[in-house]
Amino acid sequence: MIDITARVQSVWRRNWDAFLRTYRVNFIPPFIEPVLYLLALGFGLGTYIEAVDGIPYPVFIAPALVSISVMYSAFFECTYSSFVRMYYQKTFDAIIATPVGIDEVIAGEMLWGATRGMIYAALMLPVLLLFNVVAMPSSLLLIPFAFLAGLLFAGIAMCFTAITPSIDALNYPSFLFITPMFLFSGTFFPLDLLPEPIQYFALAALPLTHVVGFNRAITLATFSPVNLLNLAWIAAATVIFFVLAIRLMRRRLVV
Amino acid sequence: MKRFGDLIAVDRIAFRVREGEVFGFLGPNGAGKTTTMKMIQCISPKSGGTLEVFGMDVDTRQREIKSRLGVVPQENNLDPDFSAYRNLLVYARYFGIPRREAERRADELLAFMQLDEKRDVLIDKLSGGMKRRLIIARALVNEPELLILDEPTIGLDPQARHLIWEKLRSLRAEGNTLVLTTHYLDEAERLCDRLVIMDHGKILVEGTPADLIREHAGSDVVEVERTQKAVSRLEELGVNYDLAGDVIQVFTDRPNDVARDLLEACRHEAAVTVRPATLEDVFLRLTGRSLRE
Repeated sequence: MIDITARVQSVWRRNWDAFLRTYRVNFIPPFIEPVLYLLALGFGLGTYIEAVDGIPYPVFIAPALVSISVMYSAFFECTYSSFVRMYYQKTFDAIIATPVGIDEVIAGEMLWGATRGMIYAALMLPVLLLFNVVAMPSSLLLIPFAFLAGLLFAGIAMCFTAITPSIDALNYPSFLFITPMFLFSGTFFPLDLLPEPIQYFALAALPLTHVVGFNRAITLATFSPVNLLNLAWIAAATVIFFVLAIRLMRRRLVV
Repeated sequence: MKRFGDLIAVDRIAFRVREGEVFGFLGPNGAGKTTTMKMIQCISPKSGGTLEVFGMDVDTRQREIKSRLGVVPQENNLDPDFSAYRNLLVYARYFGIPRREAERRADELLAFMQLDEKRDVLIDKLSGGMKRRLIIARALVNEPELLILDEPTIGLDPQARHLIWEKLRSLRAEGNTLVLTTHYLDEAERLCDRLVIMDHGKILVEGTPADLIREHAGSDVVEVERTQKAVSRLEELGVNYDLAGDVIQVFTDRPNDVARDLLEACRHEAAVTVRPATLEDVFLRLTGRSLRE
């Protein structure tokens, strides 16, 4: 079974401390990104688009911007950054020589990836409020939900990190999985514009679809039963990938 | 015992480390030293046999064992995101040591390892010897009952090595138990109370450095250039000798007699030297002279 105690927080704290040490660079992207996207796509390209399903275009893409940012920050944290700590810095080796076990190291890394997603969502929210593209107070839910969505992407990322032969090979999931998701998950145009088989594929296999769906319900303050399906899909997938990541990492590191 | 697929890395070895002693594992590359250390540290599960640390089984009581161990790994794995001081604090947190206590120990350990001035310096800016000293300080942060050192002075210059030896000796003097691996024979001879020499996953011999030298090399070594005359003279005398490249080595307790004989036989044409036997002689006799990769 999976062996996780309160010691997991010491792994999380290590990453938090390292993050704070370089906070200036870390805090810039969540402020800059939404501004750029909203200006270019929302108000630039968006002037040609009157409304999507009756929603002004900047308002339509606002929840997608948060979802994408959470995906990127959690996914890249637990692929490239975790790989650097595991393989080049030997940080995991150093930690497992203490009473902290390998399961806790991997869990701590994923919880940190989720936290990072949550931090980014929290920093983006004031910018989106400034542009008046999200409803309040429901949009405060973006922040806790970002932790769950972040944990999902961190788990998926950690599975790739566990099986990748080298840091370069992590480019495959980045280009073949993350980039298509960025475009085809109901982010910048509604999913139902796509051919039906692709819609089903997106719902079945692209986690971002569900994250965008749920975040859109939050920022528009319009919840429907479909959103429960989103939430169930995300919760189930999060548990599966969390456990799978730990098992794959054990296979890689315990020899 | 430890198996990796078909390879048996550690083959049914038996050893016991006493409290308060410095116990060494010597052997060529690939002998199984590091694998043995990793099994003691509970980070590499054994494939068979029994292994107890502090009387506890390594398979079932890993956390308790690890909380009482200090580990100096062969590869530097200090945290490059932090300064020397923060490295110790972050590491103390893995052991669940309260912040205030951790700060006290970090200050004390930096002073002990003569790293005071480097307290706020990032790891990348430290020299090899300083990194090694910091790793030893880090291994002491949980006040371990057993310190495991895998090649503690690998790649260091003589000054840095002597400083580390001095620190390890003072740890021993305080009653700490140390287990170390090394392939520096002078290091083993200086530090270890008892040691084993390993090769191909097996323990070849065990004992104190002095006993091992006496048993396996004799008190002295007579060395002479490899010439036909010298070889035939030794054959005549019925003395055992080893060939080491273009040098003949005779391990003996009667060095003067052998040296005189050889000088006469060679009619003073070849140089004959006499020196005390060392652990290196024992090591090379037992593990052979062929190169290990």
